[in-house]
Amino acid sequence: MSGLVLKDITKSFGNFTAVDTANLSVPHGKFVCLLGPSGCGKTTLLRMIAGLEDPSSGAILLDGTDITPVPTHKRNLGMVFQSLALFPHLTVGDNIAYPLRIRGASREEQKKRSDELLKLIHLPGFADRPVAKLSGGQRQRVAIARALALSPKLFLLDEPLSALDAKLREAMQVELRQLQQRLGITTFVVTHDQREAMTMADLVVVMGNGKILQAAPPIDIYRKPADAFVADFIGMTNLLDAEVDRAGRVSVLGQAIAGLTIPEGLTKASVSIRPEDVHLGSVGGDAISGTVTFVRDLGGTIETFVETGGKTIIAVATPRERPDVKAGQQVGVTLPAQSCVVLKS
Amino acid sequence: MKREAPKSLADYSPLFFPGLMLIVFFVVPFSTMIAVSFFQRDPSGFYTPDFVFSNYARFLSLFFGKVLGFSLVLAVMVAICCVVIAFPFTYLLTKRPRKVQTIWLVCLLSVLSLSEVIIGFAWSTLFTRTAGITNLFVAIGLMKEPVALTPSFWAVLTGMVYQALPYTILVLYPALVRLDPTLLEAARTLGASPVRAFMNVVVPALRNTIVATLIMVFVFALGSYLLPQILGRPSHWTLSVLITDQAIYQSNMPFAAAMAVFLVLMSLALVGLTLLVGRKENAL
Ligand SMILES: Nc1ncnc2c1ncn2[C@@H]1O[C@H](COP(=O)(O)OP(=O)(O)O)[C@@H](O)[C@H]1O
Ligand SMILES: [Mg+2]
Repeated sequence: MSGLVLKDITKSFGNFTAVDTANLSVPHGKFVCLLGPSGCGKTTLLRMIAGLEDPSSGAILLDGTDITPVPTHKRNLGMVFQSLALFPHLTVGDNIAYPLRIRGASREEQKKRSDELLKLIHLPGFADRPVAKLSGGQRQRVAIARALALSPKLFLLDEPLSALDAKLREAMQVELRQLQQRLGITTFVVTHDQREAMTMADLVVVMGNGKILQAAPPIDIYRKPADAFVADFIGMTNLLDAEVDRAGRVSVLGQAIAGLTIPEGLTKASVSIRPEDVHLGSVGGDAISGTVTFVRDLGGTIETFVETGGKTIIAVATPRERPDVKAGQQVGVTLPAQSCVVLKS
Repeated sequence: MKREAPKSLADYSPLFFPGLMLIVFFVVPFSTMIAVSFFQRDPSGFYTPDFVFSNYARFLSLFFGKVLGFSLVLAVMVAICCVVIAFPFTYLLTKRPRKVQTIWLVCLLSVLSLSEVIIGFAWSTLFTRTAGITNLFVAIGLMKEPVALTPSFWAVLTGMVYQALPYTILVLYPALVRLDPTLLEAARTLGASPVRAFMNVVVPALRNTIVATLIMVFVFALGSYLLPQILGRPSHWTLSVLITDQAIYQSNMPFAAAMAVFLVLMSLALVGLTLLVGRKENAL
């Protein structure tokens, strides 16, 4: 098939397995985010795609051909490193033109291409500056431009925005996504920030302990997480135990939830429900009663922590949606069945 | 942050100790040497204070000019050989596991503990016809019969490179360890083969370190006076050998001092020139 395919990729360092039988198939032109906690093997996976690390077993296919034995410098890819790795002895223009210089392009060609790319990253006229004189955001762009100088087939970025401050990071996320869409280039970004992944990706690949846990579009990852780890890692969630009673009704925290079913044969499961799906109301009826322990009013949203049956449930709402509740108050919690995701526990 | 100019004498106090050291160990001996270089030699005794240029005048001959030239060329060659060998070696060393690095560095340090005399005689034995390495080459069929490799220019060069190499490696090591390995990887992802990436990225990124190391080895080699005598012919003797000869065996202190001053000036000029060229290239 066309695109990039990872087939049973495993990487061990000594007897430590950093990446464990990773399988993934990415069509051309997709923006992929490798997402997971620190140390879960994201960088190692990216480095194997780049050829900087050899897989212990498995194969990497690009458009059907096995590129596993191809050395990095023949893979035609662009990579942005976490440290950016701009060459300190070269100017901005020479950094960007370096891949062209390697291929023996003339001085004029190099200049033309680097000017073109500088325009693309909104830094025209920066060609003759030393890289040491640039700000963090500018270096970031230069590293991106250098990686794109030869219009590579694959664009790999390892936590490219982690060194930037929050505001700039959000702006760069949007910019990076727009750039990728304009160029239609297959892109892999490593990140541990789920918000960043949600902003940019066509396909989010959630990793944990060296394994790929789920690979799906962002909204599917959010709405239909494959397991409790993914549900917990992507955004805030309430993970609750569900039990099935003799009559076949499913109950959570001792309260039967009408319309909720769990797979046949199971008597126990976990239920994940997003905080914005939790309704708070008055005590009584079908609602689970609980005590408000803390209210975090962030202005735009209000997070309410409700303790019930030894568990804390978080509910998020906009100020308009909810009348004031205060810590210590008794409330009724409703968990709509259609918002509950049943996970194997 | 604004720096305030030092006001009282106490503000200068941190400078006292280094200043004193500099005076005691550098200014005083060097001034004495300069002074002595203008003194008159007293054949029956040592020297008498005077102010004559005869010591310098005697130096301005073809013979001493040739010796000076040879000394400088030899030192430059030693410096270049050392850096050319040590740079890739040290680079590869930094890529090994920590344990391996430590073992190598300890071995190198132990080579430093060898005196110049031991190094000289070890190499002169290795280069003899009867017991030298050429017997090994004969044994593995590389040569027809053993030959003597010493005394010769190449023997001198080998001995001096051997002596200076551990210093070179130990000076280069910290800079190469600190070098960001992703620079090289970045070059590779951009299409450079590993060797090309090394030449394009590692070497220029460490230019200043390389220049500083070249100068250090150059100065170090300039002072070597035993190895040329042990491993070379009289035509391979350096100015340092002649200075030793004049100072110790001929008891001609003023002339030895004049030569030493001249050697220092020449090497300072060469070092200055190197730095100047480096600065110019940097500005480009
Ligand atoms: N060269 C290496 N040698 C030994 N262990 C390594 C090496 N590279 C990575 N690891 C280990 O592999 C695991 C995954 O690392 P990495 O891929 O960098 O994680 P992430 O990028 O997700 O934070 C880590 O526990 C790390 O210590
Ligand atoms: Mg990482």
